[in-house]
Amino acid sequence: MDRESILKKYEANLSNILYIMHDLQDNNPERYLSKEDIKVCADYLNVPYSYVHSVASFYTMYSLKPRGKNIIRLCESPPCHLMGAQSLLDYLKGALKVDVGGTTKDGMFTLELTSCLGACGVAPAMMLNEEMFGNLTPEKVDAILGERRKQI
Amino acid sequence: MIKATINNVDIEVPEGTNILWAAKKAGFTIPTLCNHPDLEPGGQCGICVVEIEGIPGLKRACMTPIGEGFKVRTHTPRVMATRKQLVELILSNHDTDCLTCVKNNNCELQQLAATLGINVLDYPKFEEKLPIDHTSVSIVRDPNKCILCGRCIQVCSKVQTVNALAVNHRGCDTLITTAFDAGLGNSVCINCGQCVVHCPVGALYERSAAEEVWEAIHDPDKFVVVQEAPAVRVMLGEEFGMPTGSLVSGKMHAALRRLGFDAVLETNFTADLTIMEEGTELISRLTSGKNLPLITSCSPGWIKFMETFYHDMIPHMSTAKSPQQMFGALAKTYYAQVKGIDPAKIVSVSIMPCTAKKFECQRPEMNASGYQDVDYVLTTREIGRMMREAGLDIKEMPDEPPDDILGEYTGAATIFGATGGVMEAAVRSAYRLVTGKELEDVEIKPVRGLKGIKEAEIDIEGTKVKVAVAHSCGQARELLDKVQDQIAKDGKSEYQFIEVMACPGGCVGGGGQSWGSNMAKRARRGESLYEEDRSLPLRRSHENPSVLAIYEKFLEKPNSEKAHKLLHTHYYKRSAVDGKILPG
Repeated sequence: MDRESILKKYEANLSNILYIMHDLQDNNPERYLSKEDIKVCADYLNVPYSYVHSVASFYTMYSLKPRGKNIIRLCESPPCHLMGAQSLLDYLKGALKVDVGGTTKDGMFTLELTSCLGACGVAPAMMLNEEMFGNLTPEKVDAILGERRKQI
Repeated sequence: MIKATINNVDIEVPEGTNILWAAKKAGFTIPTLCNHPDLEPGGQCGICVVEIEGIPGLKRACMTPIGEGFKVRTHTPRVMATRKQLVELILSNHDTDCLTCVKNNNCELQQLAATLGINVLDYPKFEEKLPIDHTSVSIVRDPNKCILCGRCIQVCSKVQTVNALAVNHRGCDTLITTAFDAGLGNSVCINCGQCVVHCPVGALYERSAAEEVWEAIHDPDKFVVVQEAPAVRVMLGEEFGMPTGSLVSGKMHAALRRLGFDAVLETNFTADLTIMEEGTELISRLTSGKNLPLITSCSPGWIKFMETFYHDMIPHMSTAKSPQQMFGALAKTYYAQVKGIDPAKIVSVSIMPCTAKKFECQRPEMNASGYQDVDYVLTTREIGRMMREAGLDIKEMPDEPPDDILGEYTGAATIFGATGGVMEAAVRSAYRLVTGKELEDVEIKPVRGLKGIKEAEIDIEGTKVKVAVAHSCGQARELLDKVQDQIAKDGKSEYQFIEVMACPGGCVGGGGQSWGSNMAKRARRGESLYEEDRSLPLRRSHENPSVLAIYEKFLEKPNSEKAHKLLHTHYYKRSAVDGKILPG
């Protein structure tokens, strides 16, 4: 979808800024808010570019730099931590050869952390894009990532 | 009226007064870091906390209106311990190399730490050096010094409506920066420097040219000329502890001469020249009826603002350069010719109350002389420091005149430094240009002073000229929106002539003024300029003998071909994303 059609879905009202930015980000093949995305959003809502940038930088669900095709969000809240999220994180870093916030060389995965996903019963948990995975172990993570690689 | 007590002192204040001001009335100054007399309180720093009997917890004095019967205590053990802790926390995250900081001895945080008796830092230092923003030719931003008080953002967004700066990221990573983190030089920043003069610490300051100027002064092969803006003569005294607004024109000339400049000349001379060029332009537009209102072009912050946000108004802009740039073009042509100096050897320095002038002198089109017309711009603060470094005290200087042939000035030139001054000076001469007669009462009071947008109707022997004056880009925006609406609706505006200065109060409130300024000081400086105007024998630009001489010997007449080549300019459309010139 082009940016123009995304904007047209919403009334030009400042209360829609978060929805518009989510849509623009999802629509961007690099899954981030580019300079152009921020520009069209600000122009549409008639607010300064610095304002939209400020809002986008505040919320962790928006990214201001390009990301991979798939976004992994590993939960870092206390229940997951107690169930081994830290060693899973180390495992993911090693397997993907990236740091938190980094994107794999092939552009396939970006590794991020998140606060509680509300899945404490199946801790440690993570999301891959919109999908939830629980009771994670390194083996399970390998299988999930391998499956995803095959799909694309 | 509300009756209350502050530390057992009875007070009576109007409803809505906050505790900070109520306490001041009772004789107690509550310390604060984010509050500024000219800005709205924001409650960011929390230093101004007080205790109120019967109300749990501490309250921020700046954000709390005083209520009937309040019993406020401003320095209980709990209050004092909290304040100290807050400042210690700020210091733990602050680059405290005060000795090498541009704000050393002028820093509100430094003063506060001393006032609260903080001698030991109990918290471990949070040492993460962030890169300093050197992208702007006018302003440097050091995030390691920033205390996130938000004054810069408020003045940039509310007063100037530029919105270059905003809060970005969150928590420990919070940073005040520009859109896309691109740096001030790659943003809509207009270089006005109001953020600089409102910053309580050393996070924002001008990009200094002092080293380059010292080098030129000490180079025997260079001939260094200096010009001083109208407003500098009522500011420089403050750098040496003189009362606000002290008029030091003569002392300033003497000190600059002793500092080592080869010729001490005057921006005021070219201010008079500006009036001749702009006044003639006004008459020709009034005659043709085209591109009215004419809008003044002396303020480089305003020019960049217009180029970025109102470039549809470019045809309305006066093409006359600012006095600084007229001086620059003449110093390396007319002056060099008459004095027999190779223009390649002339270094042209200007002393300005302004940070945007640093940007203006580096604009690529400002080379009418075949060289960069003005080489270096120093703010009032920089020249004050250089004078102190050279062991000069402005208070001890004799009164000396400027040098010829770019030094003579009238009262009309000196009032350029106050809001409404350019308008008043232009009317004094336009009257003569239209009628051939002199305006008897040269003082046009309705355009003076610091109230908002000022308007007046001038009667030039039956021709009514409606004028308006805006000082601050926020006011300019309001006025231009009105003008654009009128033009769209009726094909013309009610105004024929508009003066805009980027800074509140005009140049006396510029981004290059002494630290710790406020509107009251700006007003006082403006009054001093009107006092100098009254004291001068000549008060109309067209009476300046050196101006008459330059037209006779060099420029022929106002708006001549030669005058156009040297003294007039053109404007660009700029992007509202990064402030850069747009193609086409």
